[in-house]
Amino acid sequence: MSTTEQYTPIQDTGVGKKAAGPVGWLDDRLGLAGVAKKNLRKVFPEHWSFMLGEIALWSFVVLLLTGVFLTFWFQPSMTEVEYHGSYLPFNGLEMSQAYKSTLDISFDIRGGLLIRQIHHWAAALFIAAMIAHMLRVFFTGAYRKPREINWLIGVGLFSLGLVEGFAGYSLPDDLLSGTGLRFVDGLIRSIPLVGSYLEFFIFGGEFPGDEIIPRLYMAHILLIPAILLGLIGAHMLLLVYHKHTQWPGPGRTEQNVVGYPMLPVYAAKAGGFFFVVFGFTALMGALLQINPVWVYGPYNPSEVTAGSQPDWYMGFSEGLVRLMPGWESTFFNYTWSWNVFIPGVGGLTGLFVILGAWPFIEQWITGDKRDHHLLQRPRNAPVRTALGVAGMTAYGVAWAAGGNDIIATKFHMDIYTLTNIFRVGFFVFPIIAFMVTKRICIGLQRADANRILHGYETGVIERSPDGGFSERHAPLPASQQYTLTAHDRVPVLEAPAETDENGVAAPHSRKEKVRAKLQALYYRDTLDKPTTEDVQHAEEHLGEIDGHPVELGDEFQGVSETGVPRVH
Amino acid sequence: MLLLGLVIAGGAYYAFAPKPAEAQEVTANDVEAGRDLFLIGCASCHGKNATGIETERGNNYGPSLIGVGAASVDFQVGTGRMPLAQTAPQAPSKNPEYTEEETRQLSAYIASLAPGPAIPDGEYTDIDKANVDDIREGGELFRANCTACHNSVGAGGAMPGGKYAPSIKGVSAKHIAEAMITGPQQMPVFSDDVITPEDKRNIIAYVKQVQDQPNYGGLGGGGLGPVVDGMFTWIIGIGGLIIASIWIGAHGARVKKKS
Repeated sequence: MSTTEQYTPIQDTGVGKKAAGPVGWLDDRLGLAGVAKKNLRKVFPEHWSFMLGEIALWSFVVLLLTGVFLTFWFQPSMTEVEYHGSYLPFNGLEMSQAYKSTLDISFDIRGGLLIRQIHHWAAALFIAAMIAHMLRVFFTGAYRKPREINWLIGVGLFSLGLVEGFAGYSLPDDLLSGTGLRFVDGLIRSIPLVGSYLEFFIFGGEFPGDEIIPRLYMAHILLIPAILLGLIGAHMLLLVYHKHTQWPGPGRTEQNVVGYPMLPVYAAKAGGFFFVVFGFTALMGALLQINPVWVYGPYNPSEVTAGSQPDWYMGFSEGLVRLMPGWESTFFNYTWSWNVFIPGVGGLTGLFVILGAWPFIEQWITGDKRDHHLLQRPRNAPVRTALGVAGMTAYGVAWAAGGNDIIATKFHMDIYTLTNIFRVGFFVFPIIAFMVTKRICIGLQRADANRILHGYETGVIERSPDGGFSERHAPLPASQQYTLTAHDRVPVLEAPAETDENGVAAPHSRKEKVRAKLQALYYRDTLDKPTTEDVQHAEEHLGEIDGHPVELGDEFQGVSETGVPRVH
Repeated sequence: MLLLGLVIAGGAYYAFAPKPAEAQEVTANDVEAGRDLFLIGCASCHGKNATGIETERGNNYGPSLIGVGAASVDFQVGTGRMPLAQTAPQAPSKNPEYTEEETRQLSAYIASLAPGPAIPDGEYTDIDKANVDDIREGGELFRANCTACHNSVGAGGAMPGGKYAPSIKGVSAKHIAEAMITGPQQMPVFSDDVITPEDKRNIIAYVKQVQDQPNYGGLGGGGLGPVVDGMFTWIIGIGGLIIASIWIGAHGARVKKKS
């Protein structure tokens, strides 16, 4: 720094002097200064991917704000009324109070349609952002000890988010939301033995009844948001307690956090980001139509419209049901609807069970019980990354299958062919994705090792006396070498002991064998980082002329950011 | 009530009454000209006498047109579905090959072979005659009978085997009415006994109303529903916000960027 920064203590500024009185009054009574002093200076590391969860948080705030507005006019009642609002094609049409009030919000309440659309876009974004955030946490290994519980809370938030979104989707009581409700009714009924009882319990009788909308409304505006809020609070408290994970780099260890303080940096950044998110949802709400309830018409169980789809986040569930062959069997006078139960109920629970169990499964396989505060680059955990991409592929296939009718009509394809491709693809594509991803990871690891040992490409092309061209490599700055080698070495795998110290067959030896096998699979092909000796050895050779006519002298200062040699 | 009775009785009479070619003035010359056109453009598949050509396996090379009526010809030829460009799961609509005059002549010829549904009367395709209540009723019938395949704004939908319910955007009222009477391709027949001509007109009036009204709420996804919304969410929403977060993340709290 050429200039010296001059700071005036806040209590000596004009504002500070004026505020000192009231702030002191508050502090005397609440004693917040101690807490605030510590927490307002809390340090968070900086990276764009750490803001994905923030998108979810801010969309949730937008949802609360817009949702409050909507409750002023929405009437959660299934009472039949005659419509006489501004939307003329429905003039005199019999419909439920819920649907009528939704139409009123859309056509007769000032700003109603805008707020409704912002609410819907924010909901779609909320869940999308949660998934993006979850993928970031997954692929960087941020869920490892001590953050497993926070991961579980996140999975809980994700699953509740789906339920909350679905409840909201069902409230307007238009043809689309009723069809979605019917789908869930089918899922509930497909549960063996208790399904039909559960259905009657939830719907207060035969589907659709006249209870479900008031019940869903209560869940949508009170029960689930309250749980969501509580979980978000716990999620963030744990974030503060654990401190945020950070990318490895010089000066960054498992014991510290390098970044900027909450105040003023993150208060400004996060506050600003809230307005960015609000702005995005407002722009989308203003410019892009979402869920035009008036084109669907009121719900009538005997009607359905082509292109009936759930909101995107339930698309994978819809797709799994579309993929499943129509298997059904009858035992003990009960119909067992495998065709709906396996993909519908099984698919949803399967997703959340796998997500929730993964940190513990990984921990059991690797046997790694240490605390981790430094993130892993996805390439340095090739099997995890590949498994993640395989999971995303399976999810993607199911998701695409949920829109198979739209794909079929828009791309002039046969819907049955598509379904069959997706059926096979659901099992085959993830395997291909696994292999490809793992190879890419290992390739990237090799590239890293290459950079560490052979330096980076300077862009300086040299011609040897016999006419050959080669590119000059220059040693990587030590800081970058450090960053690239900050991760753990691949552990030395040991075969589990067959016998204990007394020579008796060890208990759990079979379990240990399975674990050892999985561990070997988990680390298989993973490239270990170069050792210090490797680096020193390579450095000696890097200076050699060996095909380079010009020696890489001391005057060579590397290349600038734009690739121009500084001195050469 | 009386009016309703009259309408129903009138509709019923219209439905049951034999419909010779008097709906449109057709002369013997038209029939003759239509036959000539038929022999050139259609007979290779439908047979010289329009009785269809059977394949060795017992399928139709081209189906018999005896009794399909003028409405069917007017629809198939008028929307360009016939003549078929190639064998496909379904004949797509395209620019018509025949002029209106030629289409009329072809219709006259086929109608002269055997009685069949006539081209609907102009009175029943004039959607301007439908009032608000008619449109509402048309909407109810549309949702009960049509949306399952054609989608709630008539954007179309998928069917097995590469077949599809086509979009009914930009299709003329006459052709929609003809499709309902004749049930082309995968479509069931909605005869005038099942849905009266007035109701048909109301259905068409509703569809046109829904398709022509402004896209309240902004840029629509072509009536394709939540699939498009999901695409917008990820591409515009998450995509845009990630760009924003990269921007925020790239601007550290450094007082000065360079030393």
